[in-house]
Amino acid sequence: MTEIGSFLEILIDLVSLLSLIGGLFFLFVGTVGLLRLPDVYNRLHATTKCDTLGAGLILLSLAVQCTAPVAVRLALIIIFIIVTNPTAAHVIARAAYNTGIKPDLGRRDASD
Amino acid sequence: MELKQILDFSYELGAVLVMLMIFLSLLRALKGPTAPDRITAISIIGTKTVVIITLIAWIYDQAYFLDIAMVYALMSFITTIGVAKYLEKGAID
Repeated sequence: MTEIGSFLEILIDLVSLLSLIGGLFFLFVGTVGLLRLPDVYNRLHATTKCDTLGAGLILLSLAVQCTAPVAVRLALIIIFIIVTNPTAAHVIARAAYNTGIKPDLGRRDASD
Repeated sequence: MELKQILDFSYELGAVLVMLMIFLSLLRALKGPTAPDRITAISIIGTKTVVIITLIAWIYDQAYFLDIAMVYALMSFITTIGVAKYLEKGAID
């Protein structure tokens, strides 16, 4: 019985550690995309998905360690981030398009 | 026992790394050629700040920081929506 309990504890710690490392990796990829990509729309595309997944993974790695009331709050924050982050990206992209910023489609003709 | 210590240390290291990523994102907010670039960078910084607040709540073992993180996420979302609307229409309505 104690062996099973300690095994579960080690398993939870391993899941937590792997999830934290994955979340930090995705946040870093999103930051690199924000710095390196050439266009507003490309930057939105990279950072929104990577940041939503990275923040969700880091909060999940905390939620598997906590007691139930704290885990519920963390789950609420995760759901809120998953709902609001793409919405904000859509609003920013629509504002950028309506203010006249053309997407960089990669075509290079004689006028460039 | 060993793994717990590694986990606590990696949470502190993770908070420091996310802070460095915030400074890198701030470079885009300073440099960005157009206004939506800056709005994107500030929105991303808001998400990362929520992550830092939850990590600090774990490190200092204060559960009510999570409520602050929730309110911060809400305010960051409202700010992004408001600035984008202002950029698009010239007024917030």
